[in-house]
Amino acid sequence: MTEPLLSVQGLEKHFPVTKGLLQRQVGAVKAVDGVSFDVRKGETLGLVGESGCGKTTTGRLITRLIEPTGGKVIFEGHDITHMSQGKIRPLRRDMQMIFQDPYSSLNPRHTVGAIVGAPFKIQGVHTEQGVKKAVQDILALVGLNPEHYNRYPHEFSGGQRQRIGIARTLALKPKLIIADEPVSALDVSIQAQVVNLLEDLQNELDLTYLVIAHDLSVVRHISDRVAVMYLGKIVELADRKGLYESPMHPYTNALLSAVPIPDPKGKAGRERIRLQGDVPSPLNPPPACRFHTRCWKAQEICKTEEPPLLQLAPGHQVACHFPENAPALAEPEVAAQT
Amino acid sequence: MSEHFLDVRDLKIHFPTDDGLVRSVDGLSFKLERGRTLGIVGESGSGKSVTSLGILGLHKGGRARISGEIWLDGEELVSASPEHVRRLRGKKMSMIFQDPLSAMHPYFTVGAQIIEAYRIHNKVTKKVARKHAVDLLGRVGIPQPERRVDSYPHEFSGGMRQRAMIAMALSCDPELLIADEPTTALDVTVQAQILDLMRDLQRDFNAALIIITHDLGVVAELSDDILVMYGGKAIEYGSAEDIFERPEHPYTWGLLGSMPRLDREPTERLLPIKGSPPSLINVPAGCAFHPRCAFEGRTGGKANTEVPDLVETEGGHLVRCHLPREERRAIWATEIKPNLESA
Ligand SMILES: Nc1ncnc2c1ncn2[C@@H]1O[C@H](COP(=O)(O)OP(=O)(O)OP(=O)(O)O)[C@@H](O)[C@H]1O
Ligand SMILES: Nc1ncnc2c1ncn2[C@@H]1O[C@H](COP(=O)(O)OP(=O)(O)O)[C@@H](O)[C@H]1O
Ligand code: SF4
Ligand code: SF4
Ligand SMILES: [Mg+2]
Ligand SMILES: [Mg+2]
Repeated sequence: MTEPLLSVQGLEKHFPVTKGLLQRQVGAVKAVDGVSFDVRKGETLGLVGESGCGKTTTGRLITRLIEPTGGKVIFEGHDITHMSQGKIRPLRRDMQMIFQDPYSSLNPRHTVGAIVGAPFKIQGVHTEQGVKKAVQDILALVGLNPEHYNRYPHEFSGGQRQRIGIARTLALKPKLIIADEPVSALDVSIQAQVVNLLEDLQNELDLTYLVIAHDLSVVRHISDRVAVMYLGKIVELADRKGLYESPMHPYTNALLSAVPIPDPKGKAGRERIRLQGDVPSPLNPPPACRFHTRCWKAQEICKTEEPPLLQLAPGHQVACHFPENAPALAEPEVAAQT
Repeated sequence: MSEHFLDVRDLKIHFPTDDGLVRSVDGLSFKLERGRTLGIVGESGSGKSVTSLGILGLHKGGRARISGEIWLDGEELVSASPEHVRRLRGKKMSMIFQDPLSAMHPYFTVGAQIIEAYRIHNKVTKKVARKHAVDLLGRVGIPQPERRVDSYPHEFSGGMRQRAMIAMALSCDPELLIADEPTTALDVTVQAQILDLMRDLQRDFNAALIIITHDLGVVAELSDDILVMYGGKAIEYGSAEDIFERPEHPYTWGLLGSMPRLDREPTERLLPIKGSPPSLINVPAGCAFHPRCAFEGRTGGKANTEVPDLVETEGGHLVRCHLPREERRAIWATEIKPNLESA
């Protein structure tokens, strides 16, 4: 097996919660709490979970926009977790983030040419003509009119702005793109355009994606493998087929069962799992299995012992004492440590 | 007069602005009976929220230019006085918004707000109204309602706030309930709880329910009938089965093709609609959808000159498209449907 492009090991981010004038620390939001996964070259790994479960924070930790409080980020074999900003700069380019909000992530006072062209200048393309040509090529690649070089972001629709953001990202020639909810702010018909664009670009430019999203249907469509997060932890990680066809973690089962299905005839026959209540606060997450307050299978052990993330089928990891769909004969082995 | 519970006829709601006239709703007609649920779907800016605010009379006194008729239980509301419509609001009809925080007052407890809404329309003591509020909070699934009635909105989680807003909307037994994106801001597991709740309540209260959303899954879960809006107009209307199983409008096909589905084998590619939704200041001439329509060339040059009428294709299923009915059906069966299903 080839070395993964990105390897995240026991990654942790505890945001301090302070109180009073002296900013005394009274607790911590465990936004990301011991997350491990690999992203292989050329694949798309989807990261799903409900709001506040730590998806965005994970992305920001990997790209070193924020500093982790524990764990490691290894990119192309280099441990970049504590690399200095000076040393990390060249790697920054290899790892780029696409953001959810196509409105606020573009500078409104810069033309599309300036926004998309800036990375080329950094890369040493210095002539005006050279930059213009490079920018126009990339605009065409993402399906924008190259003539729109001199326009400003507000002259574009939401979907077009998301394309401008993608063009800017591609201009840096990254190896890994971390896309945080790349389509969730877009209208349905535009979502599909951007999803197709991301797929085409991946094939053409040999890109690797980590796609963060809450929409389970979109994630199934674009991912090769999928990780499910709940309150700062990965509870299940499997290839697409395994995760969607035989989900093992009760939370994954509940999530899939909650997705409304656009089939008026089928709705009567569907068996549904309905969870009680909302996701608990990450400030005071439930002990042991964090899902036990909402889990219909919870037993005493779930409240006292944290279930480790184990490989229960080839390539299928689950953190649960009583998994669903688990093969009966499987010899569990601890996956998190490999 | 109208014999229907709700009968909207040729409703137009236009807003004059510095940039020009915004035709947010441009000739919308539909009917709804008690005990039935109508889903209104469309992308952002298609006029869904303006329609719902229009029915509730919330544009009255503003800049909006409103024409057409809205018949509610035998009364016409467009020509009625703002005071009269205000009295109906909360009593006969009420609304559930996308963002419960903006619809609730942050400085008053949830209970106080329900009590006040109830006492505007019902001459009862505070004590009776409070009991009613506790009952309602329990009914919508708030745990320990006798305690939580004294909580402030910010002390509730997102799902509980949405439940509290539903309780508020139900406080006067409305006969018409309009829910505008009631679950868009919620997580999927909480959304499922709220959709179940709305389904149960609608059955128990026998109200007429309008659910407005951009999510085809959500409409399919709740609706008897569905209205698809594009550029301020209805472009297709029919039973939920008409819309999902034999849709006849190219825009509806586009919506279905854009959406990956969990209940089917994954398809290799999504089938998006080209371009983006129109500005309601410059709605394209003729069929508003023609710049994005893959079948525009098959309508003999009429697409960009003549606005197609909304005509019945069969049994209450209405479509606004110049393509002949037989051709639409053939395209759906041979060019669209197979691509939505195969891998
Ligand atoms: N820039 C942002 N930062 C943080 N959260 C955001 C941002 N933009 C949107 N959200 C949140 O993401 C969720 C989805 O928002 P989104 O804009 O996709 O809604 P939508 O489905 O388009 O709604 P609408 O139909 O009202 O436009 C919401 O809970 C919203 O609060
Ligand atoms: N700077 C911060 N300070 C304190 N808490 C934070 C900070 N950033 C994020 N959080 C908290 O961490 C949790 C995870 O956040 P996030 O990763 O943004 O969730 P997601 O992207 O999955 O919606 C949330 O409870 C959030 O409120
Ligand atoms: S460990 Fe227990 S509580 Fe946690 S998901 Fe499994 S069965 Fe449920
Ligand atoms: S009228 Fe013409 S352009 Fe409009 S939807 Fe029908 S085929 Fe397309
Ligand atoms: Mg996020
Ligand atoms: Mg709206």
